[in-house]
Amino acid sequence: MDRSDDVLQLQHIRKTYPGVVALDDVSLSVKQGEIHALVGENGAGKSTLIKTCSGAVVPDSGVIRVNGKEFKSMTPQLAAENGIAIIYQEFNLVGGLSVAENIFLGRAVRKGWVIDKKAMARETEKVFQKLNIHIDPYELVQNLTVGYQQMVEIAKAIQQNAKILIMDEPSAPLTKVEVNSMFKIIDTLKASGVSIIYISHRMDEIFRLSDRVTVLRDGAYIKTLMTKDTNVDELVSLMVGRTLTEKFPERKPCVRDEVVLELDALTGNGDSKISFSLRKGEILGLGGLIGAGRTELAQMIFGVVPKTAGKIIFKGKEIAPKSPREAIDLGIALVPEDRKRQGALLSMSIKENINMPIYEKNAKLFVVDRAKEKSAADQYQKEMRIKAPSINQLVKNLSGGNQQKVILGKWLAANSELIIFDEPTRGIDIGAKYEIYKLMNELVEQGKTILLISSEMEELMGMSDRILVLSEGRLTGELDRGSFNQETIMSYASVVQEEETA
Amino acid sequence: MKKLVHLIKEEAIFIVLLVLFIFFMCTSDRFLSLPNLLNIARQVSMLGIASVGMTYVILIGGIDLSTGSIITFVNIITAYFMVNMGMNMWAAILIYLLVSTGIGFINGFLVANFNMPSLIVTFASQIIFEGLAYIISKGMPIFGFPAAFSEIGQGYLGPIPIPIIIMTVVFLIGGFILNKTYFGRYFYALGGNETASELSGIRVKRVKYLIFSLSGLFAGVAGIVMLARTNSGQPTAGKGYEFDVITAVVLGGVSLSGGSGRLANVVAGVLIMGVLKNGMVLLNISSYVQMVVEGLILLLAVGFDCVQKKGLIKA
Repeated sequence: MDRSDDVLQLQHIRKTYPGVVALDDVSLSVKQGEIHALVGENGAGKSTLIKTCSGAVVPDSGVIRVNGKEFKSMTPQLAAENGIAIIYQEFNLVGGLSVAENIFLGRAVRKGWVIDKKAMARETEKVFQKLNIHIDPYELVQNLTVGYQQMVEIAKAIQQNAKILIMDEPSAPLTKVEVNSMFKIIDTLKASGVSIIYISHRMDEIFRLSDRVTVLRDGAYIKTLMTKDTNVDELVSLMVGRTLTEKFPERKPCVRDEVVLELDALTGNGDSKISFSLRKGEILGLGGLIGAGRTELAQMIFGVVPKTAGKIIFKGKEIAPKSPREAIDLGIALVPEDRKRQGALLSMSIKENINMPIYEKNAKLFVVDRAKEKSAADQYQKEMRIKAPSINQLVKNLSGGNQQKVILGKWLAANSELIIFDEPTRGIDIGAKYEIYKLMNELVEQGKTILLISSEMEELMGMSDRILVLSEGRLTGELDRGSFNQETIMSYASVVQEEETA
Repeated sequence: MKKLVHLIKEEAIFIVLLVLFIFFMCTSDRFLSLPNLLNIARQVSMLGIASVGMTYVILIGGIDLSTGSIITFVNIITAYFMVNMGMNMWAAILIYLLVSTGIGFINGFLVANFNMPSLIVTFASQIIFEGLAYIISKGMPIFGFPAAFSEIGQGYLGPIPIPIIIMTVVFLIGGFILNKTYFGRYFYALGGNETASELSGIRVKRVKYLIFSLSGLFAGVAGIVMLARTNSGQPTAGKGYEFDVITAVVLGGVSLSGGSGRLANVVAGVLIMGVLKNGMVLLNISSYVQMVVEGLILLLAVGFDCVQKKGLIKA
């Protein structure tokens, strides 16, 4: 056993889910007082890794060593006892309680039967002083800004004697000023010997804060570097650096001249002045980080959220769909990012899912035409190669890939011409991914048009004819197939608009 | 084996009905006679009629607490029109159905457009319309209807009481809507997942208007039968009635969390309520004890639903 000054060691952690290897032999060590950055693309395994420290994920194999004590797996209680605390993006605070009460949540200081608010406030003040935080302990948490709420979260962890603080994209919800105050607190923590694992997409933060940085990719450990010995380019290429293999089926060139969709300075739902055009038979990729405004754009085109300005021109006519129904009737479809909650009607059959948008069209005097219902379901089960014993099978009993095919079948039944795919292969295993890609190719070859939103760089580059990149609700770059380049896409995706520009 | 378990779960309600039936058959010699059976069916007819609309509402994960109040309010205004203003009976019935549907529509409008929980919206309309009924009637019953009107509640078609015929027709229409039209598909879809329904092209708001309107309409039909049977418009006519209806629907296995349930099972639920009440009366069980039993049954029905749900999540 090594007698290093590592306070936390994760060794050879492996975690699999049915069909997916989430973590494959990943190791990470953190020294006392070190700020250790953890980077990787979406889905690289960062969250899964830190969840093994909190006990939310039980690894299949591997060792977690905290201050020399070895664990096969953690529980939330064990983690707390051993001084590990995680600050998630979603805070664990109760808005209607005071700051002090939140810090002592579940461990209220009592005098007999009565909660001793004064004692709690005193203790809270002590922690705040240590961290140089200025918040009234009696203030209700719901009255605090997100930045202050985060400080309360941190103070709560420190009050509970956390020695290892894990922060999952802590700067994401904060303004610039708030980020700066957070940095100061992190500096104070570091000086007092607390170790921090810092997860972030933002390169500038990683170089500002961290001592070392570990890169994960596709659930695998890539490398740990001294931050001062590396640079942005090296990190990015380590994060995305893989060569495209034959993961994507061949597609005949099928982009026609006819423009199907044109956006002219489309604004609303967090996006502003998005303009581009999309031609028949084209797969246009939309890249960007999570929260860049891509799903929001899809929602406007599909009539879920109204636009506030600009134009949507579909097949030469300006449209303003006020509901998904209107968009569907025009020939637009959306395969949403959350398949289980937004896409499929899990408790209904394949047949009913496929027919849902066309029941009204096929009905005579409100009565479902059962013959057409069955023939549509049969047809698209066959075309989409949905593997199920019968069209009466409930969709919840299908695999992720087959659920996605049911959703696709639904849109083909509705005769959609433009299909927006939002993260179409998220949570789908590799074999089924290939199937979905093949179906997408068949669709454009038949003259359908696809807008593909994806956070998987490989998928985006493997499938698109052209890629547009969004950052913070704006279009920041465009690449043609010949000039696809992961680094360029990443750099477009992390363009930060100056808030000061009026 | 798995199929058998599934079958028992699905058809448990019919087994319960059968067991109750046999129990009362053995304990009371008056239970199993044609007049008594017709009597049970007539007694549950209003419950059955109203249960159809409630089934729809609960299917989409809502609840309608205004059923009893709609019955009371429309009872009073119709009685007022017919007796105090001498309005034609059919015109009064038409107005009756329009108003009850209208109240249902308002419920649906508020629920759909303002994202208000149906529990609160329909509870508010329950209070409002009960109050209005008292205001219009000044707290006094209104009676003296044309004889033809009373026939609806008291008459026979051949050997069969008219309320039973109305209930049967309503069940058939209700089953038709649920199983044969696309609205039925929409009800299940909405109850299963509202967001996915909307994104699949269902106009969710309109479906909600329809469902609450139908709930109002069927409450109205039940109310007409009640008015004709009691032959007087009472400002307390429908008080608390919704709870009987909800009990019957939940007993019939319609899940309070929405998305699953069958009308045939609701029919069984309604019959259980009737058989139980009738049997207890025949056994001279006091009405207070009957209340306790009814409450226990509601608990059992909901408990069964919840335990089953939990089991599904674990699986």
